[in-house]
Amino acid sequence: MTGLFSEVFLSALMFGAVTAAIPLLLAGLGEQMSEKAGVLNIGIEGMMLAGAYLGFVGAFYSGSLWLGFFTGAAGGVAVALIMALLCVRIGLNQIVIGIALTLGLEGLTALLHHFQFSRSYPRLPAADATVIPLLSDIPVIGPAFFKHHLIVYLAVGLVFGVGYLYRHTQLGLNLQAAGDKPAALDVAGIDVIKTRTIAVLTTGALAGLGGAYLANVGAGLFIPFISNGAGFLGIVLAMLARGRPVWVLFGALLFGVCLSLTTAMQVAGINIPTDVIQMLPFLAVMIMLVLFGRRASLPAALGIPYERGTR
Amino acid sequence: MSINTPTVNATALDATSAAAARRDILHRLLMTLGPILAALVIAGCILLAVGVDPLAYYGYVLEKGLFSPLGIQQTLTRMAPLLFLAAGLIVAFRAGMWNLGGDGQFLLGAVTAAASAPVFVQLMPAWLALICSFLIAAVVAMIWSLVPALLRAYQGVNEIITTLMMTFLGTSLANVLVKLVFRDPGTTVPQTRTLPVEDRLPRLFDTTITSGLLLGLAAIIIVHLVMTRTAFGLKLRIVGANPRAAIHAGLGVPGLTIAVFAISAGLAGLAGAVDIIGVQGNVRADWNPAYGLAVIPAVFLARMNGFAAIGFVFLLSVLSIGGESAARRLGVPNHFTLVLISIVLIVLALAEYVDHRYNQSRKA
Repeated sequence: MTGLFSEVFLSALMFGAVTAAIPLLLAGLGEQMSEKAGVLNIGIEGMMLAGAYLGFVGAFYSGSLWLGFFTGAAGGVAVALIMALLCVRIGLNQIVIGIALTLGLEGLTALLHHFQFSRSYPRLPAADATVIPLLSDIPVIGPAFFKHHLIVYLAVGLVFGVGYLYRHTQLGLNLQAAGDKPAALDVAGIDVIKTRTIAVLTTGALAGLGGAYLANVGAGLFIPFISNGAGFLGIVLAMLARGRPVWVLFGALLFGVCLSLTTAMQVAGINIPTDVIQMLPFLAVMIMLVLFGRRASLPAALGIPYERGTR
Repeated sequence: MSINTPTVNATALDATSAAAARRDILHRLLMTLGPILAALVIAGCILLAVGVDPLAYYGYVLEKGLFSPLGIQQTLTRMAPLLFLAAGLIVAFRAGMWNLGGDGQFLLGAVTAAASAPVFVQLMPAWLALICSFLIAAVVAMIWSLVPALLRAYQGVNEIITTLMMTFLGTSLANVLVKLVFRDPGTTVPQTRTLPVEDRLPRLFDTTITSGLLLGLAAIIIVHLVMTRTAFGLKLRIVGANPRAAIHAGLGVPGLTIAVFAISAGLAGLAGAVDIIGVQGNVRADWNPAYGLAVIPAVFLARMNGFAAIGFVFLLSVLSIGGESAARRLGVPNHFTLVLISIVLIVLALAEYVDHRYNQSRKA
C-alpha cells in the first residue's frame, strides 16, 4: 500500500465513522434523557424509523435538508407522543408499548415506502458539507472530522448542552428526581407526569433527528428497516454511559468506527464476512463489562409508571 | 344468618359462584375479543387508506390462518417455536429478569441444531439423533446466556444491556458460523446442510403439523406448573418480587439468577432447534425471523400465565400466517402484518387498563 492510499483510506474511514456515529449519538442522548426521568424507552427504534421516513419525505419533496431534519424530528415526536400518553400518563407497561411501537413503525414505514418509492427508489443529492477553515487543512484528521454537514457539529455541541442541562439547571435536577424518587419530586410541587412527558418527547425529537440524518445524509435514501437496530444500540449506549452525555459520544464513536470499518472492508474487497467486524464493538463492550463491570447506576424508578399515592 | 338453613345457603352460594365464574369467563372472552375487533377496525382504516379492501384482507387472514385445512396446519406448526420462546420468557419475567436476548439464543440454538442433526443422523438412530441435537442446542444457548447471568448475579450489571448486546453478537455469530464453519459445500447460497425430510421431527397423524407443537405445549405447561405449583417456582417468584427480601429469606439469589438465565436461554435454544429440526431443515445465512420481539409483549399481556400465553401465541400465529397469504394475494407487502400485530398489542394493553380502572372504581 502506498502512503497516499492509506492516508486517503484512513480519513475516509474516519469520515464514515463520524457519519455512522451521529444517529447513534442522537439516539443514545435521547434514550439517556428518558431513562434519567425513569422511562425505559424501547420504542426508540420506532421513533428513529418514523424520523427517517418523514425526514426523507420532507427533504425529498421540499428539496431542503433542514426541512427534512425538522419533519424527521416531528415524526419522532409524534411517536413519542403516543408513548408519553400510554406509558407516562396512564402508566401502561413500557416494554409492551415500546416493542409494539417499534414493530408498528417498522411495518408502517416499510408499507408507505412500498407504495410511494419502491418503483423509483429516489435518492437525495449528497449533503453540503460545512468546511471549517484551517482545521480542515490538517492532513487525515481535517477531511475526516471537519468537512461534515452543519448538523454534525450541532449534534456534538448538543452533548455539552445536555451535560450543562443535567448539571446546572432546575429542569435537569427535576429529570433526575423523576427517575430516582418521583414521589419526592411530587412532594416538592413539581408535576412528575409533566417532567417525564418532556423527557419522552425530547427523546422522540432526538431519535427522529437521528433517523432523518441516517436517511438523508448517511444513506441519501429511505429503505425499509433502515435503522437496523440503531435504536437498540442507543439503549445500550445510554445504559453504559451511566447518565453522562460525553460517554454516549465516546461510545457512539467506537461503534461508528466499527460500522465504518465494515463498509471499508467491503470496498477494499477484503474477504471476511462483515458479521465478524460487526461483532467487534459488542465484544469490546462485553469484555469491558466483564473486567470493570460494577453495579449499573440506573435510576431507581426506571420502568415504573408513577401514580400518586401508591408505593 | 339463621342456623337451620346452612344447606340452602351453600347451594345458593354454589349457584352464585358458578354464575360468577361463568360471568368471569364471559368477561375475559369479551375483554380479549373486543379489543382484537377494535384493533382490526383501526388497522382496516390503514388498509383503506392505501387502497386495499380490508374485508377481503381479513377474509384471507381468517381463511388462510384459521379455517382452511392447510392454513390452520401452518398456524399450528408456527406455534411450536413461539411456545418455547414464550415458556423461556415466562421463567425469566416471573423471576424479574429481563432476558431480551431471546433472538440471539434462538439463532444459536437453530444453527447448532442445523449443524449437528445431519451429522448425528448418520451415527445413530434418528430419534436419538434428534434428542441429541435438541440437547446440544439448549446447552449452546445456555452457555451464551452465561456471561449476562454471571454479570447480573455477581456484579449487578443490568441484564437488559448485556442480553441486548449478546443478541446482536449472537445474530452475527450465527451468520459467521453459517457462512464459514457449517456451510454446505454443495450449494451456492450460503446455508447449512439440509436435514432430509424423513429425518425431521415426525408430523402429527396425516397432517403437516409438526410434532414440535406438542413439545412446545408440554414445555409451556410444565413451566407454568413449575412456576406456580412448586417450591422452586415460588423461590424464583420471590426473587422477582423483591430480590432484597429474597436474600433476607435465605435464598441463594446468585445461584437462582444463573438457573433462571440457563432455563430461559435453554428454552429459547430449543425454540431454534424445534424450528430447524421440525420445519426448516437448514439455516440460511442472514436468516432471522425475530420471533422474540413479538413474543415479549404477548407474554406480558398474558401476565406471564402459561395458558393465557398459549392463547396469545395462537393469535400471533394466525395473524402472521394469515397475514403472509393475504399479503401475497392482495399485493400488500407483508410488512402490514407487523402493523396489525402492533395495533392488536396496544389495544389489548389499553383494554386491560380500562378494565382495571373500571373494577377499581366499582370497588371504591
